[in-house]
Formats: sequence, structure tokens, C-alpha cells
Amino acid sequence: MTDFIEPQKKFNLENSELGINSVPFTEVEQPGPGSLVEQAKGFWVTFSTMFKKNQTVQYPDVKAPTAPRFHGRHQLNRHPDGLEKCIGCELCAWACPADAIFVEGGNNTPGNQLSPGERHGAVYQINYLRCIFCGLCVEACPTRALTMTNEYELADDKREKLIFEKEDLLAPLRQGMLAPPHPMYPGMTDTNYYNGDVKEAHPSQNPTGQGHH
Amino acid sequence: MTTAELLGKDPGWIIAVKALLVFIICVVSTLMAVWTERRVLAKMQLRTGPNRVGKFGLLQSLSDGVKLALKEDIIPAAADKIVFIIAPIIATAMCFMSFAVIPMTGVVNLFGHKTALQLTDLPVGVLYILAVTSIGVYGVVLAGWSSGSTYPLLGGLRSSAQVISYEVAMGLSLVAVFIYAGSMSTSDIVSSQHQHIWNAVVLFPSFVIYVISMVGETNRAPFDLAEAEGELVGGFHTEYSSLKFALFFLAEYVNIIAVSALATTLFLGGYHALPGLGFTEQWLGGWFTFIWFLLKVNFFFFIFMWLRGTLPRLRYDQFMKFGWKVLIPVSLVWILVVATLRVLQQQGANRAVIIAFAGGVVLIVMTISSLTDRSKKKAREPLPEGEAPNFPVPSLPHVNSVNVSGGE
Repeated sequence: MTDFIEPQKKFNLENSELGINSVPFTEVEQPGPGSLVEQAKGFWVTFSTMFKKNQTVQYPDVKAPTAPRFHGRHQLNRHPDGLEKCIGCELCAWACPADAIFVEGGNNTPGNQLSPGERHGAVYQINYLRCIFCGLCVEACPTRALTMTNEYELADDKREKLIFEKEDLLAPLRQGMLAPPHPMYPGMTDTNYYNGDVKEAHPSQNPTGQGHH
Repeated sequence: MTTAELLGKDPGWIIAVKALLVFIICVVSTLMAVWTERRVLAKMQLRTGPNRVGKFGLLQSLSDGVKLALKEDIIPAAADKIVFIIAPIIATAMCFMSFAVIPMTGVVNLFGHKTALQLTDLPVGVLYILAVTSIGVYGVVLAGWSSGSTYPLLGGLRSSAQVISYEVAMGLSLVAVFIYAGSMSTSDIVSSQHQHIWNAVVLFPSFVIYVISMVGETNRAPFDLAEAEGELVGGFHTEYSSLKFALFFLAEYVNIIAVSALATTLFLGGYHALPGLGFTEQWLGGWFTFIWFLLKVNFFFFIFMWLRGTLPRLRYDQFMKFGWKVLIPVSLVWILVVATLRVLQQQGANRAVIIAFAGGVVLIVMTISSLTDRSKKKAREPLPEGEAPNFPVPSLPHVNSVNVSGGE
């Protein structure tokens, strides 16, 4: 049982003129115009709608919450000790169908450790004039560094302002986080980081030695 | 004292003041009409409409107008510059002129002078309005032609064809009013309705035809096919921008208010109060009649909005067919009936004869309509079942999908 089949042998090019007039068809009876009352019903619909509660959200004054998984502005997440999750692999940029993401990776050095492991994202830009908020970048991200927030107020009066840099996209530092660059948690490897073994920053990670953020 | 005699005593400065007042009324009511329409249409669509500029958004159309006026004024290189500039002026000026003969109040006190809010009273006032609105069509035609571009030209021709076609029906619907009132002067028609009964009641078919053709005449939904926003670029005013476009916009709304005011004057008793509320006409030194006038005009304006909110747009051929093959023949027959009744009445014919004539007309109309109904039913008998197609056919609303599995 297939839904579509080839036209059958009846439409043989040799013995019939194939054209718009030779295609068989069935006449379908159209319903005529309804009675006057039927036609007047439409007027009642519009009239009665005037007295119904309207659906407008008074937007700048009232901000309705978005759906929980709304695709809004991106965010570059952090590990619980404050190191960035982004490893500069550019998979998000490659996944992007609108070519909105630009990433340049950099090496982590002992003096400049931004993320666990060898690499970090040195330059990270998202152009919100190009972004179509499809979320393919989020799906592509291997470290769950890139996710989307519910923030949707992304309008501005300059094109340059809508190219978001890494510092615009980075998640804020929460309780127990230290601002990178700083060394990895003592005794932990990058695998430990991805397994969720690091719960918060260790005092020895603070290069200035001034305690927790 | 008739209104014409009353107005004849106006000194020059009172006429100037009244001309200014008429202008202000037109412009302010346009601003209010745009706002009202947007709010009411929004309500019909579960929206709020403009509510941010001023209280309740009342100043929205004013700010829109200012914005429009400050925009860049573009005259296309291919345009005929002089005609291009004159066209919107013609369209707007003619709309304002038609307001000159509309009686808006009864006898009132204007700066210590006893007069009525009506600029002038012509013995052929209604014909004057028809003439002036016809000249307004030149604005549309010339705008379309002088733009030097194809879409405006086609839009202009279609708009003007539409206006002219529906003006015929409109003119014919007014003939019955002239016959009945025995005058073409707007103030006389108002006072004759005050003495007898509203023309909308006695001349109901004329009233219906007028209301339909006034919508067609003003190029408004559902007859706005020549400038259909969603489908065409914009009709005859495609190439217009800035103040010149604002003038066309103003003309459209003043025109709507003018035809509504004419409908009020000719069919709904003009500025007089509703039957039984005659005592209100003395309130505010007679100025309360202006409120009655505005209420009636707004009633018609609401019909405009209601139609726009409810009906889909007509196709051009349907529209022309309706105008020429339905409205005009019906008006002609109706005029014959009214004229005959009038003559019978004037010659002092027996009441029985008049009733017999009216009954005969009703009988003939009913016979014809039932016959056409029957012939329509016959034509709609189902056609013989054709051979089922041999290829997959998607299901249609009124027929089940043909067996699409097929295959031997």
C-alpha cells in the first residue's frame, strides 16, 4: 500500500493526446451561498469579539515569561570553580547554518589557564544580526559550554553592538567561583572536571591569594 | 424661516468662521476616525490597538501625521511633476468641499449671531456633492497617470472605474429621496424628514443601496480591491510619500466622513434627535443637535469598520458584476415604484389603488425571485458520476479521496 503510484498505462503517449483536456476529473458539487442568516453570522462573530478580553500583552510594561526552553541569547558556561567550559573547538561555528559564530582557540599556559585541559576559546563572537536561534550550536557543543538563555531583548541601534564578544556571553561568576585565569583544581584532571568531581574552587587556585570571590 | 433664508443673512466674517469650523471638524474627525478605526478593529481581533501616545493613544494619528509630514518627499524621475503635485491637492480639496452643504446643526448662536452650522445651502445641494466627489476622482486618475509607473496607473484606473461605477448606483439611490422630499437641497430634505419620518424607513431599499454604494465609492473594505494592502503595492498612491501621501490618506477619511454625513442627512434625519427625544434639541442653545449629527455619522462609520473587520475582499469581476447587474437595475425598478406611488398620491388616487399597486409590485418581485431560485436549484443538480481517476487524488472538502493504493 503506497500513497503514490505511477500513472497507469491508460496514459499511453502513443495512442492518446496527453494534455490538460484528457485528464479525467470528477465534478465536485460546490455548496452554494448560505442563507442570509448564515451570512450574517460572521458579523455577529466580529461584533461579539469586541466585548471579549483581549490577548495583547502590554510588552514593555508587562513582560510575559517565555517558555522554559525558549531560544534566547547564548551563554558560555563555567565549571563550578570558575574555569570556562569552552575549549575553542569551533564545532559550534561549524554547525552554525547562518555563519553567525566566530571562534579562535588558544593554548592554556601555566600563567594563563582559562579552561581545564589544553585549549580555551581565545576569541568568541556571536553575530546576532545573523543568528537564527536554531540551537544547532548548542547541540554541537561537546562540553556543554554553550547553552541558550531566555533573554530575548536583543535590539540595538548599531550593528557593531549586536556582535557579542566572549565577555558579553560568559556566564556570571556564582558562589564558590573564581575568575579565571587560575590553575586547575589541585589533583584534578580535565576528565575529573567533566565527570563533575570539582564542586567549587580550592583556596590554592586563587593566584592573588585573597580568598573566594 | 427656512435654512436657506437663515444662511442668507450671514455676514462675511461668520461665513469665514464657519468655513474654518468645517475644515477643523473634517481634520479633527479624520484624526479621531483613524484612531477609532484602529481601536475598534483591534477589539474585533482580540487586540488592544494604539494606546501609548497620549491618553488611550488618542494622539496616535496626530503623531503619525507629524511623522509622515517629516519624511522625505520623493518625486519619481519618470513622474509628470506638476500633475503629480496637483493630484493629491485635487483629491483632498474636493472632499472638503463636499462638506460645505452638509447641515450639521439646527439654529444655533455662533458668536452672537443666529445661524446654522452649514456653510451654504444650495437648491441643488446633493447634486453639488455628487459633482464635487466626481471631480475628486480626477485626483485618483491623475495621481495614477502622473506617477509614470505601471502599478499606480493600473491602480488608478481600477480605483476610478470603481468609484464611477458605484457613483451611478449612488446617484440612482438618491433619486428616490429627491422624489420623496421634493427637493435637492440638503436642509429641505432634513426638514421634510423631520415633518414625516426618516427616509431610511420609507425608502429602505434606497437606503440599503446607498450604504452599499458608499462603501464602494470610498474604496473601502470589502471593496478595497484596487488598493488591497495585502496583495498590491498600494494602488494609485504607490509612488507617493510624505505630505502628498498624507493628503491622500486625509482625503480617504474625509471622504468616508462625507458620505457618512450625507447618509445621515438624507436617510437618518440629519441633525435632528431620534424620534421621541426632540426635547434634547434645545439643550446647549441648540448645539446639542451637533451631537446627534456626530452620533449618526459615527453609526455609519462603525458600519465601515464592522464591514472591514468581517468581510473578505471581493474579486474585481464580482465587484463590477454586483454594481452594474444588481445595484443599478434594482435602483431603477425601485425608482419606478417610488415615482408611480408619488404620482398616484399627488393625483389624489384612492388609497385602495395605491395599496393594490404596492401589493402588485411585491407580488411580481416575489414571483421573479422564486423563479430564479428554482432555476438555480435545477442548475445545481449533481452531475453524472464520472469515471474515477486512475491516479492519486488528494481528498477534497466535499469528496472522499479516491482509492490511492491502486496498483495491480
